Amino acid sequence: MNAPVVSDIVERNPGTAFDLGVVQAVRVNRSAVERRAATIPIRRTVKREWQAAWLLRALTCIDLTTLSGDDTPGTVRRLCAKARQPVRQEILAALDMGHADLHVGAVCVYHALVPTAVESLAGSGIPVAAVSTGFPAGLNPFEQRLAEIKASVAAGAQEIDIVISRAHVLQGDWQALYDEIQAFRTACGTAHMKTILATGELGTLRNVARASMVCMQAGADFIKTSTGKESVNATLPVSLVMVRAIRTFYEQTGYCVGFKPAGGIRTAKQSLDWLSLIKEELGDRWLHADLFRFGASSLLGDIERQLEHYVTGHYASLAYQPLG
Amino acid sequence: MQIAEIFETMSYGPAPETAKPALDWLAAHDRRFQLFIDNGWRDPAEDGWFTITNPATGQELAQVAQGSAADVGAAVAAAHAAAPGWRALPGHLRARYLYALARQIQKQARLLAVLETLDNGKPIRETRDLDIPLVARHFYYHAGWAQLMATSFPDYEPVGVIGQIIPWNFPLLMLAWKVAPALAMGNTVVLKPAEYTPLTALLFAEIVAAVGLPPGVLNVVTGDGTTGALLVEHPDIDKIAFTGSTEVGRIIRRTTAGTGKRLSLELGGKSPFIVFDDADLDSAVEGVVDAIWFNQGQVCCAGSRLLVQEGVAPLLHSKLRARMERLRIGDPLDKAIDIGAIVAPVQLERINTLVQQGVADGATLWQPSWACPTEGSFFPPTLFTDVAPASNLAQVEIFGPVLVSMTFRTPSEAVLLANNTRYGLAASVWSEDINLALDVAQGIKAGTIWINSTNLFDAAAGFGGYRESGFGREGGKEGLWDYLKLRVAIRGVGIAPVSSPVDPAPVAGSNGHAPASNGHLPAALFESVPIDRTAKLYIGGKQARPDSGYSRPIHDPQGRLLGEVGIGNRKDIRNAVEAARSAAAGWAKQTGHVRAQILYYLAENLAVRTAEFARRIADQRGASEADGRREVEAALEALFSAAAWADKYDGAVHQTPMRTVTLAVHEPVGVLGIACPDAAPLLALIVLVAPALAMGNTVVVIPSPHAPLTATDLYQVLETSDLPSGVLNIVTGDRDELGKVLAEHDDVDGVWYAGPQSGQAMIERASSGNMKRTWTLDGVDWQSPPTDEILRAATQVKNIWVPFGA
Repeated sequence: MNAPVVSDIVERNPGTAFDLGVVQAVRVNRSAVERRAATIPIRRTVKREWQAAWLLRALTCIDLTTLSGDDTPGTVRRLCAKARQPVRQEILAALDMGHADLHVGAVCVYHALVPTAVESLAGSGIPVAAVSTGFPAGLNPFEQRLAEIKASVAAGAQEIDIVISRAHVLQGDWQALYDEIQAFRTACGTAHMKTILATGELGTLRNVARASMVCMQAGADFIKTSTGKESVNATLPVSLVMVRAIRTFYEQTGYCVGFKPAGGIRTAKQSLDWLSLIKEELGDRWLHADLFRFGASSLLGDIERQLEHYVTGHYASLAYQPLG
Repeated sequence: MQIAEIFETMSYGPAPETAKPALDWLAAHDRRFQLFIDNGWRDPAEDGWFTITNPATGQELAQVAQGSAADVGAAVAAAHAAAPGWRALPGHLRARYLYALARQIQKQARLLAVLETLDNGKPIRETRDLDIPLVARHFYYHAGWAQLMATSFPDYEPVGVIGQIIPWNFPLLMLAWKVAPALAMGNTVVLKPAEYTPLTALLFAEIVAAVGLPPGVLNVVTGDGTTGALLVEHPDIDKIAFTGSTEVGRIIRRTTAGTGKRLSLELGGKSPFIVFDDADLDSAVEGVVDAIWFNQGQVCCAGSRLLVQEGVAPLLHSKLRARMERLRIGDPLDKAIDIGAIVAPVQLERINTLVQQGVADGATLWQPSWACPTEGSFFPPTLFTDVAPASNLAQVEIFGPVLVSMTFRTPSEAVLLANNTRYGLAASVWSEDINLALDVAQGIKAGTIWINSTNLFDAAAGFGGYRESGFGREGGKEGLWDYLKLRVAIRGVGIAPVSSPVDPAPVAGSNGHAPASNGHLPAALFESVPIDRTAKLYIGGKQARPDSGYSRPIHDPQGRLLGEVGIGNRKDIRNAVEAARSAAAGWAKQTGHVRAQILYYLAENLAVRTAEFARRIADQRGASEADGRREVEAALEALFSAAAWADKYDGAVHQTPMRTVTLAVHEPVGVLGIACPDAAPLLALIVLVAPALAMGNTVVVIPSPHAPLTATDLYQVLETSDLPSGVLNIVTGDRDELGKVLAEHDDVDGVWYAGPQSGQAMIERASSGNMKRTWTLDGVDWQSPPTDEILRAATQVKNIWVPFGA
């Protein structure tokens, strides 16, 4: 199958029937995956204007996120303002990108703050994403988890980041995982569903690959590494395994599923590594916000600093970048 | 380019590493480099110079001295003069020097990397992240061995002055692989870098001078092949270590034959890359990238033959083509380049020719859609499918970024295809089933096997070939033996060979006609022997009449007839080798315990016939029966010793700095030909043959021509001792004539020869056909043989890398 091109409009993944054969055929060699992942940051690099352009692309793929117990409407409104204007105007002008309507990929919050975010982002075209289904552990009663999705969608969330039941993976009950995710997908309706695997709690890369396949069969629009609350979150080896699963699913079905690494991606350099990974393993079509997101809160600030460094030639301070 | 445009296309841009420090270094030398001898720089005696170019641009980098005979002589003399002092230095002090070299290499790492890339054309990512760090690692590792030499190898001493000739594909890394162990073990070195790529060796020479290595310990003589030949031919060199083509290795083998020079050769390959249907195919594709598009495929152990299980071949090929489309070729100094330049136009031409021939032969060629740079020597990554093992592409070492793919159905067919080559350097096996992977690793005839990985190298693991890929190991403890020899005091002095008072002359066999020149009357002589025992040959577990139909009499020193033995000829050797070959796989798979049981049983059955063998020995040698009895007793002990070792000659698990189990496995050499000495006819035969059998080899033995009856008497002992047929074959006859047939035989893996100097030279020269291992012995005290030398000669080390991870 030929790789999709940028002009293609991606048709939403409707999911497929559960296919245990595909799931069990998955093979992942951890050492080989780690070797490949280790070369991603050193086989590829971008410098000068390429670096600036790639960083701008990275920021358009950020799900600007706040998931703290002390979030208030005030902090969320501030974050939304930052989402609309992620880089200082004079920096964009110096990059000759002043005309571009650059904004982040989405703003990601808990359900309670969805209304505030929706209101703050009105007219911007920036979707609101809500973490859901008993985030981060996902152990609330099943009916409550479905109800939570529906409530967030009703409140205006266009994207729902659900968490899977890790127990289904750890017990090898792939049918149960499929049924659960399919139910979530139905509850999402028109909202796009990002499926958080919580890879740090799945034990093996093979489990990560198998869970990825099951979630895509069940209709995930995105597969996402982590909640950001596990002790190990997005890593390049885990991401490599997931994007290869996405490629396999595309080869098998023709549907493009998005990818979202989340947790621990804080530096501009890291964001470039992930972009290289996506470009090399999935191709250029996946380097757009409809198929790729970073789940991050502090990444944007570092990207701003690096862009300022590109413009001015001297190293920049975080204090000069407006807070989100 | 505009940022807005890049923002849309998300293309890669240039990311060049600066060449300035390296160019400054060249400029500081006026781009002209002399020879490095005695820690000083001197002009070549014949004022010859040659040009070094950057293969990525075709531009000249420097002029380098062409070493002549006088220069090689001066370098060898310097190494000789330095040798006594260097070997006498305590290991700890040599360790300090090697440690200093490692540190200096790390301090100059980037300069070395950039210079290597300029000179060789390989991507800076490789020189920076692989070559140079490994160079430093080799010096660190061997600094440790220098420190430990006295306690780890108390019976050994340095070989002496080593001539080292290295290739252009990993210029500094190959220097390190050779120089570090040589110096660590107290040898001195004359190094001849490759003609195309001498620059990093010259920078290394500066480092050597800077750390104050004693003058003459390391000398660098640049030049082309003629300089290398001068080094090989120089009489004062004790050992040649060569890495390069099998073709040149063969010439070196012939040149050094009979000179007593030690030799280690790391030669060509056509290594298989085997993918089973239960492999992680995406990872296997990355493995292929590292196997054949690493260093533009100019790697002796490149995985250049892709063997794929039929059911997954289409999927793997399609994944591979997609991956190839994303490879980036171009300026080797660009940090984001995967494939750099081919080392020289002549190499590019060779690759082109072979590829065109492959297309003409009907193989299906696939190359990515993008174009190569037009300036400099570049060749695109290339995949050939529909390749038959019979095609030239599948057999010849292309030494370029060209992969040929074939399919197989079963594990045993995979092994069959993998071994269907004259080479045996390395192999890569991909499967998630460890049972399958280790089984295949065991079956492949190659010095290094990588499970679910490829091209992993480390100083702690030995690297080197089976078959025509050469012999000797570099790295690991096994790599040190090539730079060590047993102290004379330990090896002992030999027993003078027994000379035969009677010229052997053929007599008519039972179904033959007496030759015209034969004046003997067999019938009259038979009367002096009570009951004739018709000593035939022993082939495939049966006593076989000699093909020639001739026998010859064997006399005691007083001229009395003792018996007759068959005169074996080349056809008998052919039959014996065939028998040994058929028995080889089964015997090698047999457990050490079972092999030990058989050797003990042999001893048991020999022991009950001690008196008979003692008398036979006494008769043949004209010695007392007590002497004969002593020899039988010693032979019994040698059988016990070999049986004891059968299940104890353990390999090792190397400490490679990765999450792998790296197994150094002792494997049998295969089919061994052994030509026995005249001294101690029973004992010497047992001392040589028993360990060979214990290690799992099958053997064709040529007994002493002067005292062969002890060997023919053994037939009955063998027949009653459960030795599987074909494991040991005995062909009596002319030692040198039969030895030559064995040495020339392409299905014989090794030849040992314990005979006169002239015969040794002949054997070594004749062995160059399939580059079989040879071991020539003289001066052995058969009563206290050098057991560990024999065991090493009877085995070869296979390193199996098994990365793991849940």
